[in-house]
Amino acid sequence: MAKRIETVGLSCFYGKTKAVDDVSIAIEPKSVTAFIGPSGCGKSTFLRALNRMHEVIPGARIEGQVLLDDEDIYAPEIDAAAVRRTIGMVFQRPNPFPTMSIYDNVAAGLRLNGVRRRSDLDSAVERSLRGANLWEEVRSRLNKPGAGLSGGQQQRLCIARAIAVEPQVLLMDEPCSSLDPISTLAIEDLIFELKDRYTIVIVTHNMQQAARVSDITAFFTLRGPGEPGYLVESDTTQKIFTNPSEKRTEDYITGRFG
Amino acid sequence: MTAVSPGVDAALLRDVRSSRRGDRVFSGITLASGALVFALLAAIAVFLVVKALPALEHDKSSFWTTRIWDPDGTGKYGVAALVYGTVLSAVLALVMAVPVALGVALYTVEYAPRRIGTILGYLTDLLAAVPSVVYGLWGLFFLLPHLVGLQEFLNRWLGWIPLFGGANGDVNTFSKSVFAASVILAIMILPIVAAISREVIRQVDPAQKEAALALGATRWEMLRTAVFPPSRPGIVSAVMLGLGRALGETIAVALVIGNTFAISAHVLTPGGNTIAANIANRFGEAGNIGVSALIASGLVLFVITLLVNLIARFVIYRSGVQERSAAV
Repeated sequence: MAKRIETVGLSCFYGKTKAVDDVSIAIEPKSVTAFIGPSGCGKSTFLRALNRMHEVIPGARIEGQVLLDDEDIYAPEIDAAAVRRTIGMVFQRPNPFPTMSIYDNVAAGLRLNGVRRRSDLDSAVERSLRGANLWEEVRSRLNKPGAGLSGGQQQRLCIARAIAVEPQVLLMDEPCSSLDPISTLAIEDLIFELKDRYTIVIVTHNMQQAARVSDITAFFTLRGPGEPGYLVESDTTQKIFTNPSEKRTEDYITGRFG
Repeated sequence: MTAVSPGVDAALLRDVRSSRRGDRVFSGITLASGALVFALLAAIAVFLVVKALPALEHDKSSFWTTRIWDPDGTGKYGVAALVYGTVLSAVLALVMAVPVALGVALYTVEYAPRRIGTILGYLTDLLAAVPSVVYGLWGLFFLLPHLVGLQEFLNRWLGWIPLFGGANGDVNTFSKSVFAASVILAIMILPIVAAISREVIRQVDPAQKEAALALGATRWEMLRTAVFPPSRPGIVSAVMLGLGRALGETIAVALVIGNTFAISAHVLTPGGNTIAANIANRFGEAGNIGVSALIASGLVLFVITLLVNLIARFVIYRSGVQERSAAV
């Protein structure tokens, strides 16, 4: 299921402002890649460009290429909605649909794809909730609103909703930044399990988290205020955190900068 | 930490006191404002009932079923045709206005480029502020003549529906009709429904919309999944406000409606009347009983409007309960 993503000279813009400058990186399937770097370095923008969520913001556009198993997802004949179905996303703040039940939240993406049969939906909802380690906690109240869950549960519900449509890649934009340590641990365990089946990219502010969950770490930074962000280096997490090639990475990792 | 200086303590206490006085004054003002609403509503209800009683006692026929309005002469009058015309014209106006209003609201927020959306928003608000007598005059001198063609068309092709039926020839005339009143009402309530719906739709959390898009929703699917469900109570409120305005609109309707007392399903044919329009048209020439009878009809309109509002509250409350009961 998992697919490889590669960007070629990808730059992201908001109107005339360049937010990300010329990033080329390969993200391997069935692994966890973490994007780290100081605030404003464009790592979230870059992440959103990977499933064409960047262009949802008025005036936002990209230059360069994003290849999903060698297919350019920005090619004119490619449908952005289909891209997002293939490359799922989990956001910083848990955002379950407030008027929908837990069940309907998970089923939302399937229904958008035309799945109507109750038995199909039932099994997919259970599979996704199990996949998100939430099934045992909510199985008795599937028809209750998702908004009634705790923050950590809501975020796992959002992960269940994202994996219900069986994407190839899962993008996570600081998925734990609004969660307490226990919930964060639950999500991290989940990420560890999910990487068997998906290509996972996670943006995090938390370097310990990057060290704990990721196989590959990419370090982004910016040359100064108002400058676009760029990729300094990406390597195995082990190497980035013990012996990075670039001085800037080492300064950031050791807390001397950023 | 017991060694706090007494001077500081006293100052703190005084501070608390003065802010409490402010609190009391403010809560008193808000309480009075709230109570005023109750008092006004009660005063209006009492006035209507007291003033309507003489007419209701004087009534020689059945107030609810009579289709004549002659309180000062034969003493026969009733609200049947008025209630019918009021509700029919208002409902027709809603049917015409609501889809367009939602379209305007959605286009303004979700589809229009930002600048055009902003301009459209201003224009919608401006349209809502046009006085109703202006709408009425415009309807009388501009809209009515131009409606004849549409009326002919509806009658010819959809005449088999009772609503658009009626003898041929009737609709060919330059006609003051329920249809004309409905069209002018629809135009009047369009901006208010559009403006409120627009604000409701604008309030939807962008994170919800992104969630839908990230699941692979198209624009329309995103609206259906993430925008309509949370907006529904607000849109129902907007529609009910529009309905309330349509039910009570006086001068614009008085200018374009037929002012007759027949109950007819044929909205295109000349005729029709509403409670508010009837009051406006008859008030000047009414005698003692006549005025009282008009106020009695006003009481009926008051009750209809209250009922509409209660039903709207109930609809909103029920959709809320479904969510809450699911939460427990």
